[in-house]
Amino acid sequence: MRWMTPEDEAWLDQLQHAAFDYFPRATNLRNGLVADNSRVNSPVSIAVVGFALSAYPIAVERGWIQRDAAVQCSLSALRFFRDSDQSGGPAATGFKGFYYHFLQFDTGARVWQSELSMVDTALLIGGMLTASQYFDAESSDERELRALVDFLYRRVDWRWAQDGADTIRQGWKPECGFLHYGWEGYSEAILLYALALGSPTHPVPRDCYEKWTLTYQWENLYDIDSLYAGPLFIHHFSHAWIDFRGIRDEFMRQKHSDYFKNSERAVCIQREYARRNPREFAGYDENCWGLSACDGPSDERPEVPNERRRLYGYAARSVPYGPDDGTLSAPCVLASLPFAPEVIMQSLRNMLVRYPEVLTEGRLASGFNPTLAGADGCAWVSAGHYGLDQGIVLMMIENHRSGRIWQWMRENPYIRAGLRGAGFRGGWLQQSSSGGAG
Amino acid sequence: MSPRDEPPSNVPADAYERERVANTRPADWRNPQPGGPYQLAIVGAGPAGVVAAEMAASVGARVALIERYAIGGVNLNAGSVPSKTLIRTSRIYADMRDAQNFGANVPDDVEVDFAEAMERVTRVRARLSRDDSAQRLAAAGVDVYFGEARFVTSNSLAVDGHTLGFRKALIATGARPHIPNIPGLAAAGYLTNDNVFELTALPRRLLVIGGGPLGCEQAQAFCRLGAQTTIVQNKPLFLGQEERDAAQILSEAFARDGIEVRLNTTVLAVRTTPDAKLVDLISDDYRNTVGVDAILTGAGRTPNVEGLNLAAVGIDCDASGRVRVDDFLRTGNANIYAAGDVCLESSFVDTATASARIAVQNALLRRSDRWSDVVIPSCTYTDPEIARVGLSVREANRLGIPVKTFTIPMHEIDRAITDSETAGFVKVHVRGRSDRILGATIVARHAGDMINEITLAMVAGIGLRKLSRVLHAYPTQAEAIRQAADAYNRMRLTPRVRSRLLRRIES
Repeated sequence: MRWMTPEDEAWLDQLQHAAFDYFPRATNLRNGLVADNSRVNSPVSIAVVGFALSAYPIAVERGWIQRDAAVQCSLSALRFFRDSDQSGGPAATGFKGFYYHFLQFDTGARVWQSELSMVDTALLIGGMLTASQYFDAESSDERELRALVDFLYRRVDWRWAQDGADTIRQGWKPECGFLHYGWEGYSEAILLYALALGSPTHPVPRDCYEKWTLTYQWENLYDIDSLYAGPLFIHHFSHAWIDFRGIRDEFMRQKHSDYFKNSERAVCIQREYARRNPREFAGYDENCWGLSACDGPSDERPEVPNERRRLYGYAARSVPYGPDDGTLSAPCVLASLPFAPEVIMQSLRNMLVRYPEVLTEGRLASGFNPTLAGADGCAWVSAGHYGLDQGIVLMMIENHRSGRIWQWMRENPYIRAGLRGAGFRGGWLQQSSSGGAG
Repeated sequence: MSPRDEPPSNVPADAYERERVANTRPADWRNPQPGGPYQLAIVGAGPAGVVAAEMAASVGARVALIERYAIGGVNLNAGSVPSKTLIRTSRIYADMRDAQNFGANVPDDVEVDFAEAMERVTRVRARLSRDDSAQRLAAAGVDVYFGEARFVTSNSLAVDGHTLGFRKALIATGARPHIPNIPGLAAAGYLTNDNVFELTALPRRLLVIGGGPLGCEQAQAFCRLGAQTTIVQNKPLFLGQEERDAAQILSEAFARDGIEVRLNTTVLAVRTTPDAKLVDLISDDYRNTVGVDAILTGAGRTPNVEGLNLAAVGIDCDASGRVRVDDFLRTGNANIYAAGDVCLESSFVDTATASARIAVQNALLRRSDRWSDVVIPSCTYTDPEIARVGLSVREANRLGIPVKTFTIPMHEIDRAITDSETAGFVKVHVRGRSDRILGATIVARHAGDMINEITLAMVAGIGLRKLSRVLHAYPTQAEAIRQAADAYNRMRLTPRVRSRLLRRIES
């Protein structure tokens, strides 16, 4: 970016490096699994493993770790998933090629009776495909890595996850079968659909994606036209892997827009909301914003039925209809960097000048709430760090700085086939890739 | 139950209740002696039946109105009227508890007088019953019969030992609460919309089964009146017919009220102990039990068709038990029409009366008005209210109609800010890039009143663009609609249009 000063570059580098450092610290070297967050006894989140697998190639490129160490970390995780219990039992690791959302750190067995998560499995597979694109050497380790990724991707039975319905189900549990979260409208699931449509082994039919997009809402809010989704992370997650610049599905063709522009508009809407600050929370303005899924203060009292709640703990906060309890997510602001670099740098600087307590060990805390400032005047800050936050920050800074992940994934035949299956056309999808179709 | 009895009532027989009964079901009523065939015989004297009778009588038709229980039907006696009356009281208590937000001071220990609230319900019911009294209908020229009706032929029905001949008939028997088949529920006892307003004491702990409009309204009202309330919904969201954002705002309102919300949860069984009704719940794989003092259920409706002998006169019902009608509201028997809850998917008073008008016009005046042409608004009277008209985005997408939504959050509206009523929005859906209004959803404290403007625009064919030229009194919450229209106009101001305008200014 022309206007970026060397200081800006150095600052971004620092933030990105610190975000990366979350992963080596949170990784179980024996099985390659990565903790959901930095708190004691945190389980593994499979999505965070997906971010870790995407992080290693970046770190190699940036010179933060050796290529071989990165390959070994990745191989540990991939071998673990290959050998994991896929019986779908209550203490297994996965079923039908999908994995339970949260796993035990040492054994990789399911914890918290968590659900077999389709979207989190997609984020994990996204990470695996990133690794397989990057580690392209002919060494035996890197060949094994690529073969493992191919095996694990081909094993996922996306068709089963449709359960005969119009769209892909979001979860399944051995105790009760498929779950019904009732997600509707635009979400972070484009990556999930691209992977499900691109599968050479168990693809979903093409109309599955179309039926999902039938739940979209094209809205004019604060004089901005956009495909609506309230929490900001929705406008990031698929974008971490997929370069949506210049490619459009049928919906976006009709609207003369694309998903990249849409995320840019989501930033504008967030800032407009914060400027208006309808609930009059402390700190909100057009340079201090960011409502998304994050950790926040909680007034939950499990022993009290029918409590009157105003603070939501870990929740997907959303504009303009809430939930909004005064908690903001700095990582989601930084993750918007590719869409509006100037605005993001300005906002983040402003937020960190006003609330330096949000940055600990050089990393952004998941959430902070200036309305609940303590006696010292500091905002309430979520303890420790979350892998999802660090992962998305790391990847989106990289995409902004070099576009590397986008470039790698543009070459991936499964992603290309999946996006085409979903009706995406134009831009880089029209150009031939170096690899053949999977 | 003998045909002349009302369902059992616990309402104290005070002066108001005596007035209501005297109006809607006079004890000394004598059924008329039928003469020649009626031009229109109407079965059921709820909102649809009464409107049909008044309309037919006003054009001079000989009309019979046959009612099993009481004039007014579910609406007056057990539905919208008592429910909205009680909701108003519950809002007062909620406002009192929230008084500090308005810069007002109210003692902390606001005590709910439930008996007083219910007496007001009885009073309001009595007052509204005057409009639909049997005597008034009779004076208007309607022959009012009390008793069970049964079709005998395509031109006659039997009532209370008499045979009534007719040229045309209208079935408007309405619907009753549908009780889910839950083991132990019947033994434990339950409340429904039909008898919940006869409560004389507030249950300390209440479980509401069903997160549709009725369930949501009543859960919030009873919670605000002081009942520790749990609402159980077997789907992932409340109000399945509404859009997600509306359900989100309602969820937050419920959290503020302190309603315990159990989504994706099914009631497995009810067990009765001396202290409580124990309700076993399951959500995915999580099982638990809540103890309550009362259970409110029956949000779904079952059409009242039993005993009418419909099959004998060639009238059939659909899978839900509703009388099957064509777009002209004619049943399988060309002489017999239907209106209201007994044949319609939506069970609202306005749809019941609108369908009654169409049915009477088609039956008596040989018109061919279509039900599908009617623009139907609806409202869920939670706080905030959730009102809707026309197509939703989901429906438009399914029909392949390009749709764009203009959204104005209520926090943009001065009057909503002055009144601390900023939760909600106006969403107006237009076709493609045009200003043709396809539908709207409004979530606001008085959304039910606001939606009428959109309905008017849709019926009159007024586009969103023109609505921006309609002055709205300032400050009012309905200004949100004008602001949506303004947003539409601003969108039309493309760079090309702007430069054309600039050229005109500079020339």
